[in-house]
Amino acid sequence: MTEKKMGTLDRRHVMAKVQARRGDALMVTGLGSTTYDAGTADHLNTFCLWGGMGAAAMTGLGLALAQSERRVLVMTGDGEMLMGIGAFATIGAQHPKNFALAVIDNEHYSETGMQATHTQRGVDLAQVAAACNFASTETVYTDGELDAAIPKLFGGDGPTLVVIKVNTQRYPMSIRLRDGARLKDRFRENLLGATEAYY
Amino acid sequence: MKPEPNPRLWPGDIYQTFKALRVRQVAYVPDAGHTQLITSCQADPEMAAISLTTEEEGIALLAGARLGGQRGALLMQSSGVGNCINMLSVPLHCRMPLLMVVTMRGEWGEFNPWQLPMGQNTEKVLQAMGVYVQRATHADEVGQIVNAGAQLAFNSNCVVAVLLSQRLLGFKDWSK
Repeated sequence: MTEKKMGTLDRRHVMAKVQARRGDALMVTGLGSTTYDAGTADHLNTFCLWGGMGAAAMTGLGLALAQSERRVLVMTGDGEMLMGIGAFATIGAQHPKNFALAVIDNEHYSETGMQATHTQRGVDLAQVAAACNFASTETVYTDGELDAAIPKLFGGDGPTLVVIKVNTQRYPMSIRLRDGARLKDRFRENLLGATEAYY
Repeated sequence: MKPEPNPRLWPGDIYQTFKALRVRQVAYVPDAGHTQLITSCQADPEMAAISLTTEEEGIALLAGARLGGQRGALLMQSSGVGNCINMLSVPLHCRMPLLMVVTMRGEWGEFNPWQLPMGQNTEKVLQAMGVYVQRATHADEVGQIVNAGAQLAFNSNCVVAVLLSQRLLGFKDWSK
């Protein structure tokens, strides 16, 4: 029997590497650790969900359809993605070329006591997405594989999924903006301009 | 079975309201009562008609649409409202507009008893969440009520559900 490959990457290292290459991409992050990670690199083009578990990928789809000329990247955890697993099918059916999804997969519900998620028990999200008509899917374990995968998040025809296996290191909460209404207004004003954002 | 009145005009009234208010993303879980409206939206090159696997996906989708500057609407039947409750946290907390158009089951001459628990409580659970509920019961008022509900949602940044009474669909006699 082959030994199961474990995630060794550090989630904050992953977030910093992805953010460094984001350019003018629009980002949506899912609760909770991925939103905390994004809080370490607060950005006007990032909308951080801290509720509505399961919402991240679909929020990214709505944004990608509305902003078809812009790249949209969703970053979320394995537990958050599993709660909205039907989104793989909905996104695959819509097939937006400008949409990419990075699942930061530590195989645990790390905010609630480190219970195992299904990804620790044989569920392969990359294969789910591939079966749901994503244009490209892969799973990365090493820094070298991550470096090779990051350009696919920001270029090439989507929908794209990269599952990034990380270790179970936890970090302090680092939310910058708790108020979703303020965060939404900030995002919209930066993207659309004040006149349209507040009309 | 008594034939339903044909043609049914109110789905066209809803579609025209969507057009007039620049609704660009129409997300749906199908219901027989929404058949004509879904067909109209699918045929419209200015609209994306997005089929969902479950209704709460549409709430997240339209939050994203809002972030990106597009208006949307979410179509479902009353059974789907129960699937949406926690996801309503997103537009409610973020003060985003959301327009839901809900065809009712479990009330007017319902033939399927499994529809009653959700259908009889749809309005209550929506109101308990802080959703503004408006109801249309007669065919000639549907367009006006959807328009008023949409204006409320989009202009006041709130969540509005327009309930379309099962009576609008007519009575299906399944007893023989």
